[in-house]
Amino acid sequence: MSGHDHGHDDHHPDNHFTDMEARVKALETVLTRKGLIDPAAIDAIVETYETKVGPRNGARVVAKAWSDAGFSDWLKRDATAAIASLGFTGRQGEHMRAVFNTPDTHNLVVCTLCSCYPWAVLGLPPVWYKAPSYRSRAVIDPRGVLAEFGLALPADKKIRVWDSTAELRYIVVPERPDGTEGLDDEALADLVTRDSMIGTGLALSPEAGR
Amino acid sequence: MSACNTTSPLVASAQLPKSADGDPVFAEPWQAAAFAMTVRLHEQGVFSWSEWAEALSAELHKPNRKADGIDYYDCWVAALSHLVAALSITSGPELEALVRSWQRAAEATPHGKPIALENDPRRRERK
Repeated sequence: MSGHDHGHDDHHPDNHFTDMEARVKALETVLTRKGLIDPAAIDAIVETYETKVGPRNGARVVAKAWSDAGFSDWLKRDATAAIASLGFTGRQGEHMRAVFNTPDTHNLVVCTLCSCYPWAVLGLPPVWYKAPSYRSRAVIDPRGVLAEFGLALPADKKIRVWDSTAELRYIVVPERPDGTEGLDDEALADLVTRDSMIGTGLALSPEAGR
Repeated sequence: MSACNTTSPLVASAQLPKSADGDPVFAEPWQAAAFAMTVRLHEQGVFSWSEWAEALSAELHKPNRKADGIDYYDCWVAALSHLVAALSITSGPELEALVRSWQRAAEATPHGKPIALENDPRRRERK
């Protein structure tokens, strides 16, 4: 289930729906046409369950990278294998790459529209971030988009933007917050938000995590 | 949105997977969408609790269920599909045609663009 090249010159389509994914979309279409549901209202309900969807195991990956330098190195070199070592594998055995925030560089993942978004690791993307306008703006003006959503980065901090594909998906490893010495992996994982692993936020500080 | 979402009577659906604090949990995003649609339809009186419970029960008690319950939401979606067909909101063939149309649409959608039904190549030809 691996060993593909990461290029786009093979015949895999960029997007794919499973039978159940397509079936739910078909129901949504029928019910919307009949005026019985409003897709925005459905999104709003799903958002209330945001923390209840998928294994969301990325936070544990990040916590281990913070606490275990050997794991962190492995994650940097071969995220797919390092993540799989924790017992987490994707449905299609997709390749993962971990990009690490540093004092000099902030990382931002932009692809949340495609069926390739790694929700199993990251959790559901924020609804606002799925709007096509954000995708293009995040590529052109990442600093501006991040500032709008309350993440003001110093002007001298570089921002790198990553666009996941069907074959290669990204997880941002945020910087470990200050004052977290002595916390165990579980407590550390509580500080790792969905937004911090997409790059639209930072990891919580221990006080804020309460 | 309304705070009553989490207190929808549908949370009491038979065998519903729940977290330790009693909230529904979903293995994949489409399951949450299916749950949310059903909640909305019920809230609007499209079907009653007992109609829903009966439709779901019929699916959950079919012989070919997976032992580990991993197909719970497959049953849920089948129950919802049968219910909307029984209420003449759609027909089985119309729904099946839309399922295939969405699959073609997904595969025809390039990276980075939202997956929309209009992206189904056959749909465009018909227009």
